Formats: sequence, C-alpha cells, structure tokens
Amino acid sequence: MNIVQVKEVKKTYIQGKVEVYALRGVSLDIKKGGFAALAGPSGSGKTTLLNIIGGLDLPDSGDVAVDGSSFSGMSQADLAKMRLNKIGFVFQAYNLIPVLSAVENVEFVMLLQGLDKVERRQRAKDVLDDVGLEGKYDRRPAELSGGQQQRVAVARAIVSNPSIVLADEPTANLDSKTGNGLLEMMKEMNEKKSVTFIFSTHDDMVMDYARRLVQIRDGEIADDIVK
Amino acid sequence: MFVQMAWRNIWRNPRRTTVILIAVVIGVWSMIFLGALMRGMVDGMIKNGISTLTGHIQIHHEGYRKDPVIDNSMLDVDKLDAVLTEVLPEGAKYAKRIRVNTIASNARHSAGLTLVGIEPEKEKGISFIGEGVVEGRLLKPDEKRGIIIGKALLDKFETKIGRKLLIMTQDTQNEIASKSFKIVGVFRAEMEATEKNFVFISLKSAKKLVKLNDGISEVSISLAERGMEGEVAEKLNAQLGSTGLKAETWKELIPMLRAYLEIFDGFMYIWYLVVFTAMGFGIVNTTLMAVFERMREFGLLKALGMKPSWILRGVLTESLFLLVLGAFLGNVLGFIFTYATAQTGIDLSALAAGAEAWGLSRTLIPVVVLKDVFMANFMVVVLGMVVSAYPAVKAARFTPVEAMMMN
Repeated sequence: MNIVQVKEVKKTYIQGKVEVYALRGVSLDIKKGGFAALAGPSGSGKTTLLNIIGGLDLPDSGDVAVDGSSFSGMSQADLAKMRLNKIGFVFQAYNLIPVLSAVENVEFVMLLQGLDKVERRQRAKDVLDDVGLEGKYDRRPAELSGGQQQRVAVARAIVSNPSIVLADEPTANLDSKTGNGLLEMMKEMNEKKSVTFIFSTHDDMVMDYARRLVQIRDGEIADDIVK
Repeated sequence: MFVQMAWRNIWRNPRRTTVILIAVVIGVWSMIFLGALMRGMVDGMIKNGISTLTGHIQIHHEGYRKDPVIDNSMLDVDKLDAVLTEVLPEGAKYAKRIRVNTIASNARHSAGLTLVGIEPEKEKGISFIGEGVVEGRLLKPDEKRGIIIGKALLDKFETKIGRKLLIMTQDTQNEIASKSFKIVGVFRAEMEATEKNFVFISLKSAKKLVKLNDGISEVSISLAERGMEGEVAEKLNAQLGSTGLKAETWKELIPMLRAYLEIFDGFMYIWYLVVFTAMGFGIVNTTLMAVFERMREFGLLKALGMKPSWILRGVLTESLFLLVLGAFLGNVLGFIFTYATAQTGIDLSALAAGAEAWGLSRTLIPVVVLKDVFMANFMVVVLGMVVSAYPAVKAARFTPVEAMMMN
C-alpha cells in the first residue's frame, strides 16, 4: 500500500529576477513501512520535495496524497491539521522548542491534538524511554547534546503514531558515531513499529541505511534504487 | 502548557523583558501618581471653592446673584427653616448669613471688602471660618462689637487684636450705616485673597447694622458628602416654589470651576494617551524583535501542526503577561508614591501667589479616583494588546517554509 503518492509535481521559485525550477514534474510512490532516502546535491530539489510531501509547501502543479488524503485545495489550516495528525518531522537544526523540557517537547504534538495531560505525559515518557533518554525528561534542549536533541525530535515525531516521519538531513549536525546511533534507532522504530521514514540527505551513512534510495538531480528523479 | 510556554518565552531575554517592563511600570506609575496629583489639585480647588463660604448649596433671593445688595435679601426666614428641615438629608448642616459690601478702615488704612454676618457656632463644618481662627477667639452668637479679620488684612492694616476697625456700609433704608468694631480674632484661609477680602461679625450684629430685622442674604448648606447637591437643590427648589428664593449648587455658583472640571477628564485621557503612545512604540518594538528572533521557531511550531490562530494567541499571551505584570508593578509603585505623598502633601506655599490665581490650596494632597486607576490600567493593557496584535499577526501569517528559512 502506498502511503505517499506524488504525481507530476512541479515547483518554481523566484530568486531575485530569476525563475528557478526546483521540481520539474516529479512522480513518486512510497510504500507503508518504507525507509527511503531522497538524496542529491544541494539545490537538487530534495528538500523542496520533502517539504511538499510534508504539506509545508504547496506545488505549482501536480498532486500529493498522504495516507489517501490529497493536498489539493487544502487551506493552511487544513494542511496544519494534516501535519498534526499524519506527519512527523525531524529537522536538521532548531528542532526543539527551547523553553520546553524534553518530555514537554514530546508532549507538545499530543497537546495540539487535544489529548489529556496524564495520557500524553505517560506516552511521552514511554517514547523517550524507547529512544534511550530515560531520566532526561526534564532537561531543556540546551542541556542536551546534539544527538540527544535529535532523539527527542524523533520521539516527538513518532509519539502520535503518524503515517509518515519526514527527516530533513537529520544527521547533518551530528558526528558520525552519534549519527549512526540515531539512524540505528530510527531503523529499529521502522522495523519494530512499521513507522515509515523518508529522509532528505546527502550523507552517505543515511543512504547506506535506506532500503530505497531516490536520487534527485536538477529537480528530477535521476535514479530510484530499491535495495 | 501554552501559558507556561508564554511565561518562559518572555524570560528568554531577561534584559529586554526588564527594559519593557520598566517602560510599562513608569508609564502606569506616572498615570496613577501624577493623575492623583492632578485630581488632588482639582479636589483642592473644589474644597477651597466650597469651604470659602460657598458650601455645597446656597439659597438666595432670586435677584441676589445678579445684584447682591441688601434689598435682595430673604425675609421669610421661618418658611425657609421649615423647608430646610423637611428637605435636607441626614448629616447636612446649614448656616444663615448676611453679606454686604463695605468699607473697612482704621487710622492708617482703608479697603473695600465684604462684611459677612454669621452664626459662628453653625459655621463649623460648613465654611473655613468655623475653625479658621488662629489668634484670639471665634465670635459669640450674640457678639455686638466683635469682628474677625484675616491675617493678611491684619498685616496690611498694621493692626492687632484688641484694636478697632470702622465698618461703613449701606442699610436697608439706603442710608450710610457705620459702626466701630473691636478685633477679637484673626483667621487664616487657604488663599490670601480670602484673608484680605472678608471680615466677619455675628449675624445679630449685622442685622442691626444694616437694619434687616429678620432678613438674611444667604443660606449656605453643607451636605454629608459631595455629589448629592444636584438632587438636594432640586428638591429645595421644588419646595421653595414661588417664594422668590432659589437654591443653587456650587457648580452653578462657581461656573469657572465647573467648566474646568468638565474639561479636566478630557485632559486626563489625552495625557494618558500621550503616555501610552510613547510606551506603545516600545511595546511594538520589543514584541517585533521577539517575534522576528523566533521566526524559525514559529515555522517549527507550524510544521508540527500549530494553527496560525494559536501562534497569534501565544504571542498575545506573552504581551499580556508583560502588560499585566508591568501594570501591577506600576500600580503598586503608584499607590506607594501616592500614599507617601498624601501623608504630608506637597507644600506649594513657595508658589502661593501663582497657585492662588487658580484657587489652589497651599498644600497639594494627591487623590486617587478609582475611575482614573481603571482607565490607566485599561489603556495600558487593552491598547497594549491591540498594538501587540501587529507583531502577533506577522508571526502567524508566514508559512512554515517561509518562517523556517528566516534567521
């Protein structure tokens, strides 16, 4: 079953007076439980594609559907609701809310979903335990290492059981050992809990971990390898 | 958690928060404390106006105010007493007077002034003269030759207690009436002009001097509290009917003061607005800085599924915390200053000559009016929220991608 369906998506940006073609009619399906990487050099369009799959940005033409829901015609509020309930995000940096503790950061999405305090606190702690952050519930982001912050971000992304988790260069700010540990953890989540992960990356380590590697170049899919 | 987030967010940059808090505190403090001083000034003017023989209400012959001569006196005093007894509420006091223009002279000086015949024991609580004697004594009810004069007149006439003062006026038969009085007391008043322009003898003695028998010039009424005078005057006039007498409140008797009071509220609110405008720029500037610094974070919140309206609410909650905290501290500071100043008042005697022209007291005591306090807080908090809406809307309007590309 395809959890993500991208059909003929085009996107252009205006930079100064120049029109830049970020995506030139990309079509892509990702299956439920996938562990896929969108790879390519800077400016290839991989982050744009990831943002469009995540409903953070809208295509000029074409359509995207996640878990059967098409983004066409959705308002910003509808997109926000879609992101809240179906999509988890892990960003490269500035990933956590600095004034909230680790457990509050993980709880935050459930708070937006309207879950009661006791349930969301318990679930947040359980997921933090799963990502190896037992006992660090009350630490603020500034009191955690980069790797620990990314683990909190992963915990937040998966805590509400989204259809997909989108990770935009999650290892870019981490050393290789920490990055490797993070990827192992995400792989385990994928295998044990069937969480679908889609990465945007140019890190070889991420590409090695990915079971499917989609190479993007100049706004088009240059290669699509299923390992 | 939203409230916790907002509270923690405002303390992310303690220096900036402190600066804007200080601006709000100073603004609110100045609105409350300086507002109380201004109210105190006006209150002093009213109290002076009322206690300088005016009272809350006066009753005269209807022609007296246009032509204050002895011919325009009230003759049916019994009927007047009956009406006053019936209408006046509990706690009200009244005193009868005769007022005539006169020339006072001694061996060295002479001056035109107002002679007031009073019921001395009844003036207490009605006018300053009841308790204004600072040297010598107050008049006795049946005092025949005693006179009380102001300290300023005493100095001007280079005289003293025990000396004589010749009073010359016109009686009811249009004849010149004159009599020599002995100075038995000296009074002080808030204004030097009062001390120079009024002399007091007993009502009995005044009647005899102007040959008025049972007539009087005016009745001055003091009520238990200010604010009831309109209603009471209305009732009095209804009862007085066609007797040819008329009750008027201090607002009618001192029209300049009434006009000043009417425009004073407007001045206060314009002044509040000026203070707020200066403060408002600070609030907008600080909130904008806080918003733009955190634009990427707003992008993250939106990416996580936070609706634009929640972002708006979050930024406004932060502003509300700042404004309410600043307003609270400003109120505390304002009340402390007002309380401390009210203990002794501000001595304006150095400015006595200028202050007197405006009817100001020699001592300025601040007066807190709840309406002013409410208005100051309302302006700061509500208008503060209105101006904070601009940065809040800015934060809410960016798409997640736009916001995350910033900073």
